[in-house]
Amino acid sequence: MTPEEEGPAPFIGRSIPRVEDDRLLRGQGRFIDDLQIEGMLEVAFLRSPVAHARIHEVDLTAAAGLPGVVAVYNAAALVGRVEPLLNSEELRIPEGIRSTIDPVVRIQPMPLLASGEVNYVGQAIAMVVAESRYLAEDALEVIDVRYDELPAVIDPEAALEEGSPRVLLEAEDNIGIHLEHGTGDVDQALRSAAVIVEDTFASQRYVPSPMECRGIVAHRDPFSGRLTVWSNTQTPHRVRGHIASCLGLPADDVHVVAVDVGGGFGQKGILVVEELLIPLVAQDLGRPVRWTEDRQENLTAGSHAREQIHHITAAADESGRLLAVRDRFVVNLGARNMVGLVVPYNSLCHLIGPYRVPNVQIEATGALTNTMFTSPYRGAGRPEATFAMERIMDRLAAKLEMEPAELRARNVVTPQEMPYQTGLLDRRGLTQQYDSGDYPEMLDRAVKMIDLPRVRTEQQKARVDGRYVGVGFAMYLEATALGPFEGAKVSVLPSGRIRIHTGAPSQGQGHRTTFVQIAADALGVEMGEIELVAGDTATIPFGVGTIASRALVTAENAIHQAAVLVRQRILDSAAELMEVDPADLEIADNQVVVKGSPGSAMSLAELMRAIPMTQGGSGRDGLSEVSYFQPPNYATSSGLHAVVVEVQPATGRVEILDYVVVHEAGRIVNPQIADAQIVGGTAQGIGGALLEHMQYDEAGQPVTSTFMDYRLPTVDTVPDIRLAEVVCPSPTNALGVKGLGEGGAVGPPAALANAVEDALSPFGVVIHSCPLTPDRLWALLRAGRATER
Amino acid sequence: MNEPTADLNHPQLPRRPLGPPLSEPSCWHDIRVTVNGAPVCAQVESRLLLVDFLRHRLGLTGTHVGCEQGSCGACTILVDGVGVRSCLTLAVQADGSDVRTVESLAESGELNRLQRAFHEEHGMQCGFCTPGILMSMTALEESSEVIDDDAIMEHLGGNLCRCTGYVNIRNAARRACLRERSRPVDEGADRDA
Ligand code: FES
Ligand code: FES
Repeated sequence: MTPEEEGPAPFIGRSIPRVEDDRLLRGQGRFIDDLQIEGMLEVAFLRSPVAHARIHEVDLTAAAGLPGVVAVYNAAALVGRVEPLLNSEELRIPEGIRSTIDPVVRIQPMPLLASGEVNYVGQAIAMVVAESRYLAEDALEVIDVRYDELPAVIDPEAALEEGSPRVLLEAEDNIGIHLEHGTGDVDQALRSAAVIVEDTFASQRYVPSPMECRGIVAHRDPFSGRLTVWSNTQTPHRVRGHIASCLGLPADDVHVVAVDVGGGFGQKGILVVEELLIPLVAQDLGRPVRWTEDRQENLTAGSHAREQIHHITAAADESGRLLAVRDRFVVNLGARNMVGLVVPYNSLCHLIGPYRVPNVQIEATGALTNTMFTSPYRGAGRPEATFAMERIMDRLAAKLEMEPAELRARNVVTPQEMPYQTGLLDRRGLTQQYDSGDYPEMLDRAVKMIDLPRVRTEQQKARVDGRYVGVGFAMYLEATALGPFEGAKVSVLPSGRIRIHTGAPSQGQGHRTTFVQIAADALGVEMGEIELVAGDTATIPFGVGTIASRALVTAENAIHQAAVLVRQRILDSAAELMEVDPADLEIADNQVVVKGSPGSAMSLAELMRAIPMTQGGSGRDGLSEVSYFQPPNYATSSGLHAVVVEVQPATGRVEILDYVVVHEAGRIVNPQIADAQIVGGTAQGIGGALLEHMQYDEAGQPVTSTFMDYRLPTVDTVPDIRLAEVVCPSPTNALGVKGLGEGGAVGPPAALANAVEDALSPFGVVIHSCPLTPDRLWALLRAGRATER
Repeated sequence: MNEPTADLNHPQLPRRPLGPPLSEPSCWHDIRVTVNGAPVCAQVESRLLLVDFLRHRLGLTGTHVGCEQGSCGACTILVDGVGVRSCLTLAVQADGSDVRTVESLAESGELNRLQRAFHEEHGMQCGFCTPGILMSMTALEESSEVIDDDAIMEHLGGNLCRCTGYVNIRNAARRACLRERSRPVDEGADRDA
């Protein structure tokens, strides 16, 4: 049954104002650094100042004697106590991928504190626990470490060369991942192609940079003896599992609570060593302990992202129909392979995006380097793939002398072809299938919104005046609703109010509003009567978390299922007590009412009170249900960014004249929140296209370790963004919803690079990478002018 | 709702450096500040940051720390009516001044116009940057500057937000501060669905 057939849904689809705002506007949020527990200790880490070295004895004696220092730890203090960190959930290789593709995936577990060798600047070597952060940092100054420096490898392609120094002494080489996958026969297709273009397109290294850095508080509760951990994680149940196995505790004795989280974007979605060390210290000392990451730590030793180099070839017939795509790409994994195939495989299975490509061959290699490790960041491999694919599409259009929008129109999969199979395997190792979408309509809308014919006319006129205007498109898909499951518990409380528990917490996405909208519809009660508690492991046994554009689809469907069951329980048990047929009852104003006779009613509170007094009956287990939703397939969202820019050749400055995003993400639960997710993601993508670049020098020193050097977009970077929406409800779930959290960030680098290249086409400039800073563009222009002469 | 802001004269709030202190007593200072209208006398070590004094000694955790490098604006507060980065200010520097934090804004218990505008325009997601932005805008509202779009952009220029992409922040700031206009000058994220 589709939701439409159930009658009008009052809350889904409405821009309900957010219930979370009030507290936050008053300064009464509870972020990790806001927690105050009597007697709490603070932790500071000594981190490696060099990219690669052998380290000899870490002398803690002087530090231990300083005022306020309570404990000091080095690797030796952990020997025999804890295992190195492995993100086991991310490292599992699905059976289909193993049997068909047989990838090389080498894992290098991360020691909680470095012993013997450091492999990147920022690696934790020692930990000081003191009465305050000031005193803990003082003690770092007197810790003595001797470093015997080793050669550092920073460039991922250099790392793969024969004879390159090893990044990790115990590894056999610098390869973390290698796989090849494809469909059809690319060589054959290339032989018959009318046009072939090939080029190299690279995505630079980013730092996700949530405004709140990471943090964790751990405390052994003196009453229960259980360990309580507050973390600003995106995945509390996973954190619980890791802490429990690290400390040898039953998972039930570790209680993880996600507090208010100041943005995550993936950086808070993977486990880091600090998340294990702080609970360990709390167990050891029997006192509450906190670590709050500072910004320099976050920029250098919080996880990094993106950095990929794609050598891509596209072939087409004379009318522009794609015949084949071949891509050989290298991912810079950093000092260890921490998340296995997640990012490279996501790049692989999003590369061809909305296009029909009969022959595909992709080779992915993950290189180890002496840099911070990389992990998923909003988009997680999609922006990098999209940058390569959408850039080569524009190169192909240029070669065919065809309007880039027209080339795209000739190649996109049509709604009639849905569900569409690409011939590749998806991340689960199953046949990749797009469930729904309308890519021709999206193109049409974008072309109309920016008024492409007018832009082309103005472009010509502007050139006469020495002004350079260009237009760029970028299309992408987003396989959302990653499994394996998410759960929800919906309960009627003694007061008659409803409480929902789920494992997927919010880092700003507004779950307390959107999740409650779904429950209110399913239960037939007002939103004000329902509250959400998300990310508290004591309240629901299992959960996955808020990553990979999955929370809305997986958690909301779980909530929907559980709420439908609870509604039926309410009606059944009320019917027994009121001695009527459940079909004659309805829920209105938090009461169970006999249809047509509003006088005969029972409030939910009365019902709750009556249940314990009644023997047997439908309500005997209480009015509460737990339900888990397992997505049967990915729900494929899509987006199209169209941007018009003007570039000043004299300075290399890029000005955005118009920015349009057409998106398709199934049925929209809360349009205002959904739009804001798209805009927020787009702003992050624009940041990467124009400003952001995490850089190392040749010795492996990070040179962008403050926000002065790692430049985030500010209020004047991001233009007003015009949005349009195409709706194709997903057949993969009862609500018809799809995820959209990451999409906005995927399009901007490709769209802006395409637009800038178009603007500068009279100079013969080709854009191979971002950010498109004035100095980089100026250098390209100078080189372009030189070849012109 | 309507929780009063922290009672700054609550006997349990530490007035003196807690043991062990951050520095020798010879480097302690007596300061008198007015915080959100309440007089506060305290002893602080010379190196204690104003933001840590507010957050950890006075329990006013609405002021956030996003960078401790002076570059994100999350820690913005008002000192004598001027927007100041409390992560780059020592507590002792605030001696004798009037300090206001985000906790002071909903004076009557109701959200003020600026706060309401951020709610209505969905000018916040995680809300971590929001207190700093509200205080930057309050500084503008209370200044003698002409409040036009340029002034708003200028004042927002020092605050980073990673979630919203700024579009709704601009709309909220315009809605609250450009009094004579009922709608923001720019429609921002137009829907064309
Ligand atoms: S915390 Fe003060 S400016 Fe960032
Ligand atoms: S709302 Fe999250 S940083 Fe601004």
